[in-house]
Amino acid sequence: MKEKKLIFELSQPGRRGDALPQCDVPEQDINRLIPQDYIRESEPQLPEVSEVDAVRHFTALSQRNHGVDSGFYPLGSCTMKYNPKVNEDIARFDGFSKVHPYQQEEMVQGCLELLYRTDKMLSEITGMARISLQPAAGAHGEMTGLMIMRAYHEQRGEGQRTKIIIPDSAHGTNPASAVMAGFDVIEVTSDERGGVDLESLKAAMNEEVAGLMLTNPNTLGLFDENIVEIANIVHEAGGLLYYDGANANAIMGISRPGDMGFDIVHLNLHKTFSTPHGGGGPGSGPVGVKEELVPFLPVPVVEDKGGTYFQDYDRPLSVGRVKSFYGNFGVIVKAYAYIMSMGAEGLRNASETAVLNANYIMNELKNDYLLPYDRLCMHEFVLSAQKQKDHFGVSAWDIAKNLLDGGYHPPTIYFPLIVKEAMMIEPTETESKETLDGFIEKMKHIAQEAAKDPEKVKGAPYHTVIGRLDEVKAARTPVLKWERLG
Amino acid sequence: MSRYIPNTEKQQKDMLDVLALASVEELFADIPKDVRLERKLDLPDAMSEMELITHMQKLASKNGNLNEYACFLGAGAYDHYIPSVVGHILSRQEFYTAYTPYQPEISQGVLQAIFEYQTMICELTGMDAANASMYDGASALAEAVVMACQATRRKEVLVYKTVHPETRAVLHTYARFNGSKIIEVDYKDGSADLKALEEKISSDTAAVVIQSPNFFGAIEALGEIGERAHQKKALLIVSADPISLGILKSPGELGADIVVGEGQSLGNAISFGGPYLGFFATTQRLVRKMPGRVVGETTDQNGSRGFVLTLQTREQHIRREKATSNICSNQALNALAATVYLTALGKQGLKQAAMLCMQKAHYAYEELIKTGQFTACFSAPFFKEFAVRSRRPVEALNRELLKEKIIGGYALGKTYCELKDSWLLAVTEKRTKEEIDRLVERVGNGETGIGGGTV
Repeated sequence: MKEKKLIFELSQPGRRGDALPQCDVPEQDINRLIPQDYIRESEPQLPEVSEVDAVRHFTALSQRNHGVDSGFYPLGSCTMKYNPKVNEDIARFDGFSKVHPYQQEEMVQGCLELLYRTDKMLSEITGMARISLQPAAGAHGEMTGLMIMRAYHEQRGEGQRTKIIIPDSAHGTNPASAVMAGFDVIEVTSDERGGVDLESLKAAMNEEVAGLMLTNPNTLGLFDENIVEIANIVHEAGGLLYYDGANANAIMGISRPGDMGFDIVHLNLHKTFSTPHGGGGPGSGPVGVKEELVPFLPVPVVEDKGGTYFQDYDRPLSVGRVKSFYGNFGVIVKAYAYIMSMGAEGLRNASETAVLNANYIMNELKNDYLLPYDRLCMHEFVLSAQKQKDHFGVSAWDIAKNLLDGGYHPPTIYFPLIVKEAMMIEPTETESKETLDGFIEKMKHIAQEAAKDPEKVKGAPYHTVIGRLDEVKAARTPVLKWERLG
Repeated sequence: MSRYIPNTEKQQKDMLDVLALASVEELFADIPKDVRLERKLDLPDAMSEMELITHMQKLASKNGNLNEYACFLGAGAYDHYIPSVVGHILSRQEFYTAYTPYQPEISQGVLQAIFEYQTMICELTGMDAANASMYDGASALAEAVVMACQATRRKEVLVYKTVHPETRAVLHTYARFNGSKIIEVDYKDGSADLKALEEKISSDTAAVVIQSPNFFGAIEALGEIGERAHQKKALLIVSADPISLGILKSPGELGADIVVGEGQSLGNAISFGGPYLGFFATTQRLVRKMPGRVVGETTDQNGSRGFVLTLQTREQHIRREKATSNICSNQALNALAATVYLTALGKQGLKQAAMLCMQKAHYAYEELIKTGQFTACFSAPFFKEFAVRSRRPVEALNRELLKEKIIGGYALGKTYCELKDSWLLAVTEKRTKEEIDRLVERVGNGETGIGGGTV
């Protein structure tokens, strides 16, 4: 267990890396250029290190981190699939990475074409009319999609529709995004098969409801078999259906949200379309809509005028901008390259394999752990450590920490909230059977250990660079930056 | 099988046998027949890696890029030098293929890097606490406005028109839906007009929003504006250029309550507008109202220092509809780029970068004025960007410059109708004297070269 020094603690006064040239224009006294009271009296305390210090420091930090390339990463709802290397190279092409967003349109036709074609392809995959690529992440897409929903109702003179229905199994971002878009949230319960309870939904619908937000397959990894009826209930009461695309990796080429009855969709390019998660971002959260809602998309929208692409700002009903410029372009480039690599069959194949992989693990582990919803799952499933907790005092948390020692990133734990001691497992399609078997074996081993030697299991991790961290202390007396001593 | 799917057909068959299923089809039994897609998706045929590279190169070559052109265009995205080391560190898979550090024991790398980032942002801005970064400068400002309304329990926000037009557009979008009210405040001589502020500020004002250097490049008198805001118990929100903070007094010293900004300049590729990062910092008093992910220091059971995501009770996965924001990610890799950039430049290097920008921008400005074809737009001091009034249409100048492999400035008339003849030029440390002289020469002669906008 070794601490790693902070970059500031490696600093030596006067040491520097030299990347910048000398000034080649006639220099003037700074006080001639800027009034003295605008100028800093003391410099910001940035590190003073050499390039080799910097490289070793950040290399050492990287070695204290687990990525998809390090090993299996079955973090449920996050779709930690392999990030193709060639897409990294492509996004760094000068013609993509060194383009200013305000260059004249004739100088950026390649960028605009790429955005336009990505819109078309994602529209086809989701069954939507158009897609805006502006939102920067899934939650940002949710907020944007809900703003579109609200603007649509207002335009129709139904501004009283200020409530959004969200199932209790939903991601926490759903209700939080609804509030950002100015809605109140009504929660509906799930039925015994893990789907939306139709009676609760019917009871909740009225003329104040703007729509329903649904993840399908939901966070239990289950496809809602009643989707057609759900869509009818919502539409008949004048509401719209919002599709949270967090779990779209289960359905590509198999079923489209647009055909299920959804009116608005967001996707996570960093999940379904293989762009790397970057340690927490950048992502990209495009929003797609059906024809009737197209006028409300954020500005600008890329249009094609006889093979010349342009940004259309003249969209009076648009909700406006949600971000500077045109979205996380560098991420969109990688997603485009991914779709071009996979093609229609490849995408379908990815979803089929993701679903098969998930069912395989679920089947192999359902005798060792509680499986609260014992039916075919989609691309992910939720196990519970309730048995281990009740009999041996071993929690989902402890199981996660044991997986760390095995070189695995643990599943998402304690989510969804409707399953106690939840462990949400999503293997993705990019893992081999050998990898899945290794993980299954480790999970079985932990279950056995929990029965035999629970104290040992509760003491994990033993082989990580640091032990279990005191999160209560971190929150109670927050230390959010380094302070120079003395 | 596609190239990113490793299981062989035999392995898939074996797995189906274990599940006692005859085909993959049966796995999808829960999906009702009438919502199944009974055809193939209509997409281009799959490309091999080799074909893909050719295809993408062709697309990329349709764009003019900043290796081919000297760029004097800024307006919110800047062509700063990125030290080589930044790209090398970002390419480490342990950083870029990881996700949000939910499991701190195997995420100390990202967590510590973010902690270092937070420290650097506090140093630059002069604030007590920074979050782990946000989507971009504009959305960071929108989140700051939401936070100010929550913290003051007021609904009105005064925003100077010298704030980036796209950023203001984002503020209007957020406000339209969250019930707050954005009131724009006029500028005078390219800078914040105090009188206009005094006319509009009231006990309903949650915050005053100002950008410095502002969209025209002018450095604002933050102290005076902060005083007016604080007299009414409103917050001062400052959007800052991080490179300028290498030499300019920090907004924290000048009374800011929240400091945000576009962090692209800190080692991030210009990349047609994204991905960038928004930095976000505030005072100790407001730290628990701050949106976004935050990393804090703590210890493990042996007393070793380590880092975790903290103050999570503000966040959506615990608070759901009562959260301070819906944000559940940051721009971690972009924040890492900023951290490596600020490390590579270091204390002296950032100051040097800022000085180079300022010297070169002033040189370019003075040379342009000398030609007699341009006059000063405004009189306020500026940093790396400035506006000049042109005798000839600026669109024509820009077209003409492309022939010299120069990308000219931003036509301010696009977003400020009163500035139709004004040209906004950014000069970073990357612009050489030779490039500046070439620009000046090309546009400085009233007689030749420009065909009155017919080009």
